Amino acid sequence: MVVSKQVHPLDKYVRVDRLPHLWCPGCGIGIVMSAMLRAIGRRIGEGVFKEEDIVVVGGIGCTARMPLYLNFDTVHAIHGRAVPFAVGVKLANPKLKVIVVGGDGDIAGIGGNHLMHAARRNMDITVIMVNNMVYAMTGGQLAPTTPTGLYTTTTPRGNPEKPINVVKLVASLGANYVARASVTHPALIETYVYRALGKEGFTFVEVLSTCPEVFGRHIGIKDAAQLFMELREKVKVKAKPSLNESYYDWESGFVIGEYVDKDDPGYLRMFGLLR
Amino acid sequence: MRAEYVTSNIAIAEGAMASGLKFFAGYPITPTSDILEYLAEELPKRGGVVIQLEDEIASINAVIGASWAGAKAMTATSSPGYSLMVEALSFAIITETPLVVVYVMRAGPSTGVPTRSCQYDVFQVRYGSHGNYELPVLVPWSAQEAFDLTVKAFNVSEMLRVPTVILSDAMLAHTWEKVIIRNPGELKIISRRKPEVPPQEYMPFKPGEDLVPPMACFGDGYKVMVESLTHDERGYYSPTTEVQERMIRRLVEKVRRNSHLIIDYETYFTSSAEYIFFAYGSTARSVYALVKELRREGIRAGLYRPKALWPFDEGGLKKIASEAKRVFVVENNVGLMYKEVAQVLRDKEVISVGIIDLDVPSPDRIKEVISEWL
Repeated sequence: MVVSKQVHPLDKYVRVDRLPHLWCPGCGIGIVMSAMLRAIGRRIGEGVFKEEDIVVVGGIGCTARMPLYLNFDTVHAIHGRAVPFAVGVKLANPKLKVIVVGGDGDIAGIGGNHLMHAARRNMDITVIMVNNMVYAMTGGQLAPTTPTGLYTTTTPRGNPEKPINVVKLVASLGANYVARASVTHPALIETYVYRALGKEGFTFVEVLSTCPEVFGRHIGIKDAAQLFMELREKVKVKAKPSLNESYYDWESGFVIGEYVDKDDPGYLRMFGLLR
Repeated sequence: MRAEYVTSNIAIAEGAMASGLKFFAGYPITPTSDILEYLAEELPKRGGVVIQLEDEIASINAVIGASWAGAKAMTATSSPGYSLMVEALSFAIITETPLVVVYVMRAGPSTGVPTRSCQYDVFQVRYGSHGNYELPVLVPWSAQEAFDLTVKAFNVSEMLRVPTVILSDAMLAHTWEKVIIRNPGELKIISRRKPEVPPQEYMPFKPGEDLVPPMACFGDGYKVMVESLTHDERGYYSPTTEVQERMIRRLVEKVRRNSHLIIDYETYFTSSAEYIFFAYGSTARSVYALVKELRREGIRAGLYRPKALWPFDEGGLKKIASEAKRVFVVENNVGLMYKEVAQVLRDKEVISVGIIDLDVPSPDRIKEVISEWL
């Protein structure tokens, strides 16, 4: 029997020899990756940047594994330090298109200080933070983004802390573009990443994601489809949400949309590095 | 070529620019900040970029990124800052990233005496990072040598694809001396070897005969995978003993086998010397004065001074000390490199002269300690 080989249109951007990937069934990261690749493909098609000029940098964590599967110049750096690595790349060679991918722990936990200062500098990089609200790769510990009250393996009596609102944090520091998306709305991930990739300065997209294996088990929804539907019900899409709507908890839900979209000069322009 | 009256810190900055430095990231710390300040003024004039980042962790990681983007890159710090950098240095080692770190020692532990001198960190600089590796460390004793060894540090780092450290101290940092500053055309400047094969045949961690892989950088079209996990020649994660052993042995061997490119030393009055002094960095200046004084008194003393602390120069030391009756290891700490010397010269009487002094130990103080052994 002859089986014809199916080629996915995004295969050209993927190191297909490295598949299958390590993500669990029902994980949302694959949705983010394909949406991101579609956005990258559109920008390449428009001539905004070339394929060989793309650098994707991850730190450590489930999302930070994404660069291993991408057929660009890619980096699997150390925990929390993808952003400063990316800053060095961009400043040393401004023609490169530098994208950071990471989870909430990598970007907003251990890497929070670097995120803050890259946003404040309006550094010309794009950060895509996949927020599954838990430390998944290490087995389900508390994240800075975990909603109040939820069980994790290190808060067995419920999380007493308030989650960090990364959208508001990054916006307060003057980043040019801040959006929140969700794996429940893949077309919007693509749109927001596409917009982010076309702008000068610091651009940031948070993507809410589902982790049925760890987060789902913790809250009693270990079925992937059920967790996905639960998140979808909690997500409200708004065209131009105000920053005060960016706070979230598990009960009241999540507002997604483009929170900031402005055109201040980026770091390279301020530094005189745009030639 | 020009003669200037400068400090070691400035000599290092000049040496880096002569070597082709294109990216510097740093964070202010005494007694190193003026390297950042001087380069912020001078490097942009030569087409380079200088940025003050949010901490030392960001600085070293940005330097690693810049190196992969094709730039010769450097950061500079002092003892507490190096403590923050060691995790990323381990990352630079496994990814074989050429870069230079300037380490100006100050008196610890902890905040200690930020403005004053010591040689406490000769082990931290070498063993501070996790993992099993070799890390070249060059140790100047003057502003001129700070310039010369900075050029050498870049060459070693680019040739062997290994982070390389210049280990100075607070005393050298701010001592003004005459330095001959050479232009790039008057120096031997080495840059990383580029791949000669097309992208589809290129493997980013497949070594040449010297055990060093040619390095494609971002934007060169080679689609490199910079991997902090244990990786095979393709840069792909491979958690097997076979790959781990092959990788670790090569990372260590590429430095050991090429150690003749790193190791260098100077000797003073060592032929027919009865007593050999082992000293390095600023302390060696006092020992040099002492050795001359002892010679005037008719005592056959000589000085062996390594210019590279790591890898440790076993062969040179053994040769120089072969006829000596006693070996004194003089350092501004409680006796650290002494352990290394004693291990190499097992059949000799090796005496640790560890002196704690916030300045350089004076020749008189050293003489007081050693006189009972002469």
